[in-house]
Amino acid sequence: MSIDWISFTPWAALAGGLLVGAAAAMLLLLNGRIAGISGIVGGLLKPANGDIAWRAAFVVGMFLAPSAHVLFGPLPRPQIDASWTALLIAGLLVGIGTRYASGCTSGHGVCGLSRLSPRSLVATATFMGTGFVTVFVARHLLSA
Amino acid sequence: MNIVTSLISGLVFGLGLIVSGMANPAKVLGFLDLTGRWDPSLGFVMAGAIAVGAMAFAAARNRAASFLGQAMKLPTARKIDRRLIGGSLLFGIGWGIAGFCPGPGLVAVGMGEIKAAAFVLAMLAGMGVFELVERRERRSRVPAPSN
Repeated sequence: MSIDWISFTPWAALAGGLLVGAAAAMLLLLNGRIAGISGIVGGLLKPANGDIAWRAAFVVGMFLAPSAHVLFGPLPRPQIDASWTALLIAGLLVGIGTRYASGCTSGHGVCGLSRLSPRSLVATATFMGTGFVTVFVARHLLSA
Repeated sequence: MNIVTSLISGLVFGLGLIVSGMANPAKVLGFLDLTGRWDPSLGFVMAGAIAVGAMAFAAARNRAASFLGQAMKLPTARKIDRRLIGGSLLFGIGWGIAGFCPGPGLVAVGMGEIKAAAFVLAMLAGMGVFELVERRERRSRVPAPSN
C-alpha cells in the first residue's frame, strides 16, 4: 500500500463528513428518522406505507444539492469510468444488496456506527471488505 | 413541517457528499483500492460524519419523540443473519464495480450525469426485485383464507 498524496483531501473530506453527520443529526432529532439513503429510497417503492412525502422530499433535496453547491463555488465534475454494462450490474447489486442488508454506507456506515449497532458494524465490515476485494480483482488481477 | 426539514436534510447530506468528494466515483474507488495508490479520504468522511452522528444519537437516546413531536423510528432488528451478511456482500461488490453507493448516485443524477442515472435506474430495479420477492414470500407464508 502507498498513499496517493495527490488525491488525498483530508480537510475537504472531514468538512464534508461533518455536513453528512449534521444532515443525519437533523433528520434524527427533528423527524425521528434514520438518514439511510437505501431505506429512504426503498420505502418509496412501498406505496402502502403512507409515508411517501418526507422520503420524496429528502430525495429532492439530494437532487438539488449540486445546484445549491454552485452558490458556494464551482461544481466538481464526477469521473465515472465504469462502462454502461458495469453501471447497470453495479446498480442491480447495490439495489438488491442494500435492501436485504437493510442499509448502505449511510444507514449502516454512518448512522449505525454512530449508535454503536453491532449489526451495522458487521454490515459495514462486510460491504467494505467485498468492495476492497472487488476493486483488487478488477484493477490488479483482471487488468494486469 | 417535517417535509421541509427532510428536504433540507437531503440537501445538506448531498452538499456533504459533494464537498467531501464522495459524489465522485473515481475518489471512492481510490479508497477501495487498498493495494494500489490508496486515497484515505473516505475514512475521513466517515470519521467526521460519525463524530457528529454519535452526538446526535446520544442526544436522541432517551427521547420518545423528536423535537418536532414525531415518533422516533429507530431500527429494532438485532439479529446478525444471512440477509444482513449476504445483502452486504452483494452491495460491496456493486459498490466496488462502479464506485457508486445510493447517496452519491442520486447526487450525481442531480449533476446531470446520464451514467449516474443508468446506475440509479438499475438500483431502483434491484430494489423493486427485492420488494417483489418479499411480497411473494409474505403471501406464501400466510395461508390463503378458506371460503
